[in-house]
Amino acid sequence: MSARETILGRLRQRLDGPLTPPVSDFAVMGGRGWSREERLRRFEAWITSVHGEVIHTPRADWTQALARVLADKGIRRLALGRAHPVAAEARAALAEAEVTLVDADRPVDAWREELFFQTEAGLTSTGGGVAETGSLWLWPTPDEPRLLSLVPPIHIAVLDAEAIEDTLFEAMERHDWAEGLPTNALLISGPSKTADIEQTLAYGVHGPRELVVLLRH
Amino acid sequence: MSLETPGVQTFRPQAFHRQAHDALGNPQIRANFRGAMDGLMGKRREAFADWELERLRELGASVRLRALAQLPTLLERLEANCQANGIRVHWAEDGEAACRLIRELCEARGAKAVIKGKSMVTEEMHLNAHLEAAGIEALESDLGEYLVQLNDQTPSHIIMPAIHLNTDEIADVMHDKTGIPRTRDVDAMTAAARAQLRERFMAADVGITGVNFAVAETGTLCLVENEGNGRMTTTVPPVHIAVTGIEKVVEQLRDVAPLYALLTRSATGQHATTYLNMISGPRKSDEQDGPEEVHLVLVDNGRSAIYQDDELLDTLRCIRCGACMNHCPVYTRVGGHSYGTTYPGPIGSILMPHLMGLEATKDLPTASSLCGACGEVCPVKIPIPDLLTRLRREAVGEGRGNVPGAGSKRTRTEAAAWKAWQWLATHPAAWRGAAGVAGRLGSLTPSRLGPWSDHRVAPKPARHSLHALIKRHRSTTDEEGQS
Repeated sequence: MSARETILGRLRQRLDGPLTPPVSDFAVMGGRGWSREERLRRFEAWITSVHGEVIHTPRADWTQALARVLADKGIRRLALGRAHPVAAEARAALAEAEVTLVDADRPVDAWREELFFQTEAGLTSTGGGVAETGSLWLWPTPDEPRLLSLVPPIHIAVLDAEAIEDTLFEAMERHDWAEGLPTNALLISGPSKTADIEQTLAYGVHGPRELVVLLRH
Repeated sequence: MSLETPGVQTFRPQAFHRQAHDALGNPQIRANFRGAMDGLMGKRREAFADWELERLRELGASVRLRALAQLPTLLERLEANCQANGIRVHWAEDGEAACRLIRELCEARGAKAVIKGKSMVTEEMHLNAHLEAAGIEALESDLGEYLVQLNDQTPSHIIMPAIHLNTDEIADVMHDKTGIPRTRDVDAMTAAARAQLRERFMAADVGITGVNFAVAETGTLCLVENEGNGRMTTTVPPVHIAVTGIEKVVEQLRDVAPLYALLTRSATGQHATTYLNMISGPRKSDEQDGPEEVHLVLVDNGRSAIYQDDELLDTLRCIRCGACMNHCPVYTRVGGHSYGTTYPGPIGSILMPHLMGLEATKDLPTASSLCGACGEVCPVKIPIPDLLTRLRREAVGEGRGNVPGAGSKRTRTEAAAWKAWQWLATHPAAWRGAAGVAGRLGSLTPSRLGPWSDHRVAPKPARHSLHALIKRHRSTTDEEGQS
C-alpha cells in the first residue's frame, strides 16, 4: 500500500469516529465601516509604523513624484516593466531623465547578476491596499516579475487611493481571489526586516531596505 | 544514523531535569529569555487591543476544527488542486520517508546545494543532517536559523530560533564563522549576512521551505515571513520543495485571513508580517522567474495517530505561533534547549510525546505548573493544560493507552501508594484508625521524601487530626452555650 493510501486510510478509519465540521462566523473579519479618510489614515499609519514611506500625489502628476523620489534617493538604475500603464507612463516620463531604465520584462536568468548586484530600485504596480494592516497586494506578471519587488534595495510601489480596502478578508472576497490566483500572490507590509539579533529591528535583511508607496489620489 | 556532532552540545528530553537545572543556573540564558519574552507578551497584548479577541479566537479555532473534521477529504482536494496547478504532491508516513523522498528529488536534479527557508517540520525530521550525509549541503537562510546553524546549534524557539543568543554572542559567531570584522552593530551584521546569503541563493539548486497554510480550495501554499528569505527560496532556485505536516491544510482561501491575523499578532505582536507569500504553481511558460518545479511533501510522522482520539485531536489545531512558550513561566526560565525537543514549551510538551513516545518525553507534561497561561493565549484555543494532564495520566498508565510509551512512568510503589490512599480515603473507619496511628507515630515518619523535600520540610502528622480538633472545639463551645 502506498504512503498516501495508508495515511488517508488511517484518517478515515478514525478510532473515535467521524467528526462534524463546525460553521465559521467570519463577521469579525469585516464590517469596519471606516470612512475614506479613516481608511487612508489607517493605511498610512500602519505602513509607516513598519518603516514604509508614503508619498501622496495627484494621479495626473504621479510620474513627477516618482522622478523626485529617484532624485532624492540618488537612484540611477531603475528596473520596471513595460506593458502595465504604471510602467508605460514611467518610461515615457523618465525618457529624458538621468536614470537608466532596466527592462524587467525578460527572463530573469538573462540578467540575474545585474538584478542582484546593480539594480538600485524596482518599480511595480499594485492590485490594491489593506487599511487595517497597512499592506499592499501584488500579483506579479510576466511584465512585472516576482523578483522586481524583492531583490533591489528599494521597492517603489504605485497604489491608487480608491483601491484600498478595509481588511485583507474584504480584499480577498471583493476581488474573488479564490476564483483564480496567479502563480504567486503577495501581501507586502513594509520593507524586509528581521529581529533575530536580540529583538533589534534591522531592515533589508534579504529583500528591500526601503519601501516607497506612491499613493495616487 | 547518529545526529550528534563531536564537540557540539546536544540536548535530549530524557535529560530535561539536568538541562533545566543548568539553564536555571546560567544568568545569561535567564536574562536573554526573560527580556525577549517580556517584550513579546507586551507586543501581543497591544496588537490585539483593537480586536474582539475572543470572537477572533473562536473563528480561528473553528477554521482549524473544520479543516480537521474533513482532513482526509481536504488532503485529497488539496492534492488534486495542487496537481491541476502543476505542483507535484508526495506523501510520507514518517520523517525518514520524507527525508528519503526529498533527497531523491534533490538527486534527480543533481543538486549539490540546497537553500532553506524556515521550516519546523524539517527540523523535526532532521532533514539537514540527512542531506549532508548524502553529500548535499543544506544552508538555512532565515537569519536566526543561519546564526544557529553557524553556531552548530538547534533553534531554541519556533519563531525566533536564535533567541537564546545575545548581540555579543552573535557578534562572536559572525566573526568566528564567517570572517567578518567583529562588530556589535546589528545593521552591519545583518548587511553582512545579506551579502553572504545572496550568493548562496543564486547558487542553490533547490529551495526547501515549510508551509504555514495549505489551501485545499485553490491548491495554494501560504508562507508567512518578515525577511524575504522565504520569497527568495521559493523564487530563485529552479526547484522548490515545500514540506508540511498533513494537519496544515485549510478548506478555503478565506480561512487564511483570520489565521494570518491571529498568527502574526500572537507570534510577534505584528499586525502583519512583511510578506504573505501565496504560491499556486511553478513558473508558467510566459513568466520570467520562479521555479520550474514545485513539489509539496505531505508528512504524517505521528499526526494520523494523534488524529484518532477526540481529546488529543486538538493538538493538531496548532498554527505554530509560539505564544504558548512566550507566556509560559517554565519556558521563560529554562529556555528552549532544556526541553531537548524540536518543539519546546507547552506545545512541545503536548506534541513531542506523540512523536518520540512518552518514555523519552515523560518529564515534559510535568514541566508545567498548570497555570493556564498557554491555554489563555492560544489563538486557536487549544486546551493545552487539559492535554498536559491527559498526558500525565497516560504516562502513568491511567489514560486510554493510545499514546506511544503510555504507562512508562508508572512505578509499582507509587501506584500502590495511591491505591492504598484511595482505599483509606473511602473507608472512614479505617481512615480514622490510620490517622490515629499516624498521629501517635508522628515522630517516626521519614524526614526525607525524595525530591519533594528538597526545598520543603517533610510533613509530620499532627498528634490530633483537624477533624478531631474541630469536634472537640464544638463540644466545648456547645457546653459554654448551655451554661
